[in-house]
Amino acid sequence: MTWVAEVVVQLKPVVNDPQGLVVRDGLRRLGFTGVRAARIGKHVELEVEADSEQDARESVAAMCEKLLRNPVIEDYRIDSVRATAEGRA
Amino acid sequence: MRFGITVFPGTWSDRDCAHAVELAGHQAVMLWHKDADLRGADCVILPGGFAYGDYLRAGAVARFAPLMESVVAFADRGGLVWGICNGFQILCEAHLLPGALTRNGSLQFRCEPSWLRVETQSSPFTAGIASEEVLQIPVSHGEGRYVAGEGTLDGLERDERVAFRYVAKDGSPAGASSPNGSMRDVAGIVNPAGNVLGMMPHPERACEPLLGSDDGMRLFLNVARAVSRGAAFAAPAS
Repeated sequence: MTWVAEVVVQLKPVVNDPQGLVVRDGLRRLGFTGVRAARIGKHVELEVEADSEQDARESVAAMCEKLLRNPVIEDYRIDSVRATAEGRA
Repeated sequence: MRFGITVFPGTWSDRDCAHAVELAGHQAVMLWHKDADLRGADCVILPGGFAYGDYLRAGAVARFAPLMESVVAFADRGGLVWGICNGFQILCEAHLLPGALTRNGSLQFRCEPSWLRVETQSSPFTAGIASEEVLQIPVSHGEGRYVAGEGTLDGLERDERVAFRYVAKDGSPAGASSPNGSMRDVAGIVNPAGNVLGMMPHPERACEPLLGSDDGMRLFLNVARAVSRGAAFAAPAS
């Protein structure tokens, strides 16, 4: 069946994120003085054919390890894996 | 000698590199990304551009090209591999070199002259260029900020593997004049054996006085000298 996985790839906390700094400073200039930090990442939505949620999750993790993130500078997390509406059992 | 120049969809400095090679009096052959054949190259150049569009991360998809398996094997045998700009990004993604290239600190694409101090004599690419000399070679990139762990950076410095550092025009530390905010002003590094070089600046665009500098030509001539000496390097690729 078909699963939809949502993945977030983000620079590691120790890696300088100039995009995030620009967003943080821009928000502060707009009066959102309570903004302490902003980090920008990538949101990746994947449709995956797999027999089970566990298989889908393992497959997505392998995709992250091989291509979607660079382990030198980025972390990833799989936010959700759910069956699609048209998924067939 | 023969330089092989890799061509991925989106490579843009391949013809400039071939022009520089021919100016240096050598032969340039193009290496198509779908082929595994290095066509007898004595040195493989991975030129600048946006291989496969670089939509995910610079170099992330290119490293899986069929050609790259041959390039990695050639490097492992001691062959000279030279990544310039996008080529440097690809070599990092392929783990031939440590670290990564990230968005410039300014968030701007910078295309401008840069000044480089040669930091190692132990690589054939830079042999004979004294460290007090300052080379003028342009940069042209949006993602050239070199990032690596502190331990990796310490190791690169200790082992004399930092090939080039950005400096100000007078040779003093780059400070705010750094084009991208690289950690420790790193502009180029070599692998432990010294036969693989990655650098963000474009030496092929600094090979004629008409272009404002011919300092880049010295690197091409250095490669040719290393190959003609033949010392310790691989036989031409098949």
